[in-house]
Amino acid sequence: MSSAKDVTDANFKAEVLENSKPTIVDFWAEWCGPCRQLGPVLDAIAAEHADHVDVVKVNVDDNPAIASQYGITSIPAVYLFANGEVAKTSIGAKPKSALEKEFGEYLNPSA
Amino acid sequence: MSNQPGIFANAVNLNVGGAAQASAASEDARTTSGDDAVHDVVIVGSGPAGYTAAIYTARANLKPVVLAGSVTAGGELMNTTDVENYPGFIDGIMGPDLMNNMQQQAERFGADIRYEDVVSVELDGEIKTVTVEDGTVLRARAVIISTGSEYRKLGLEDEERLSGHGVSWCATCDGFFFKKQNIAVVGGGDSAIEEATFLTKFADKVTLIHRRDRFRASEIMQQRAFDDPKIEILWNTKVTGIQGADKVESLALEDTVTGETSELAVTGVFVAIGSDPRVGLVKDQLELTVDNTIAVDGRSSTTSLPGVFAAGDVVDATYRQAITAAGSGCIAAVDVEHYLAALDS
Repeated sequence: MSSAKDVTDANFKAEVLENSKPTIVDFWAEWCGPCRQLGPVLDAIAAEHADHVDVVKVNVDDNPAIASQYGITSIPAVYLFANGEVAKTSIGAKPKSALEKEFGEYLNPSA
Repeated sequence: MSNQPGIFANAVNLNVGGAAQASAASEDARTTSGDDAVHDVVIVGSGPAGYTAAIYTARANLKPVVLAGSVTAGGELMNTTDVENYPGFIDGIMGPDLMNNMQQQAERFGADIRYEDVVSVELDGEIKTVTVEDGTVLRARAVIISTGSEYRKLGLEDEERLSGHGVSWCATCDGFFFKKQNIAVVGGGDSAIEEATFLTKFADKVTLIHRRDRFRASEIMQQRAFDDPKIEILWNTKVTGIQGADKVESLALEDTVTGETSELAVTGVFVAIGSDPRVGLVKDQLELTVDNTIAVDGRSSTTSLPGVFAAGDVVDATYRQAITAAGSGCIAAVDVEHYLAALDS
């Protein structure tokens, strides 16, 4: 799974909604096979695009409130928040190029 | 497996043939990422077919390269729980454990497993090329295509929109979100019943919706569904719509015999109506069957192009079991061995 920073129900507001940088949130759980496979892909995106986005993860098992608030019923779910709002979502484990395309305007804002 | 229709769709055409690689490499840095060797065999896919082919070709000292996929490694079984019908495991084995075992078994004999996605293949000619996502071009004398299958969709207007908001393809991933709720599973095969049974751990009630009047599933699985007080079965019923503003609220149903329509209030729907062979990479280069599987010669894995072999669900419209895929992977490995031996003699 991803080595991204863990965000919880308690600090989601401060870490994600109030983050001045766009933030990609990886909603995941231990028992979700595709989530484990997506982790390293998100790590690579985090490393390559650190100037423009932060990448964090939320364990839905331990933090049901946030997942429920955003109506998440499938994981892995990758949500991009900008200015406190959901800006983009992507459901399922996808290869790096697919995610880079979906989130492109935030990963490479000048491009 | 979670729904990943786009995996092989985002192909980039680098237009680099085997012979042209050296000159192209100086022009395009993307192709220089160093794999100059001509491999004996490259295996595309890493389900039971791909890994079994890897075990056999590695033991034949062919040093297989397995392109396992960045997020699909291990294939469909990675999203299952107990596999009870794979011979050799008295008490069954978890799908992901079985696949991890196969992977390690292949690596023990020297298989080179890479977690990369293939974006294009050139299967014609004596040296085939396989291009992965970062632009690396692998050259090989033989290629085994074992790309498996991908989940079939209902093809309904709101399916995509509500995907992730009540519409799901992965019970083991998403069952958790439906605790104490009423949900539906669509389908009538083993996987539909396995999902329905699994989901009763979380849901209050699971309605199993099947368009025929009997299941295709094995007897033992059917009996489990019949015996489960949380499972209700709707026979001769098809789903004609998924409704809900921003999450699933109900399904529109139609009786396939009487034509009568009805509505079923559910908060989730798991789609398990089968899968289609994943032939996107090769469909313009290899002959396919009427079932859209890769055509192979008789019981062999030989495709319409020499040096190209196919195994697993991508050649199988009928059986599609872990064990048949594994057997098929073995056949492909032995065919590759014979093919290369004949070339060398």
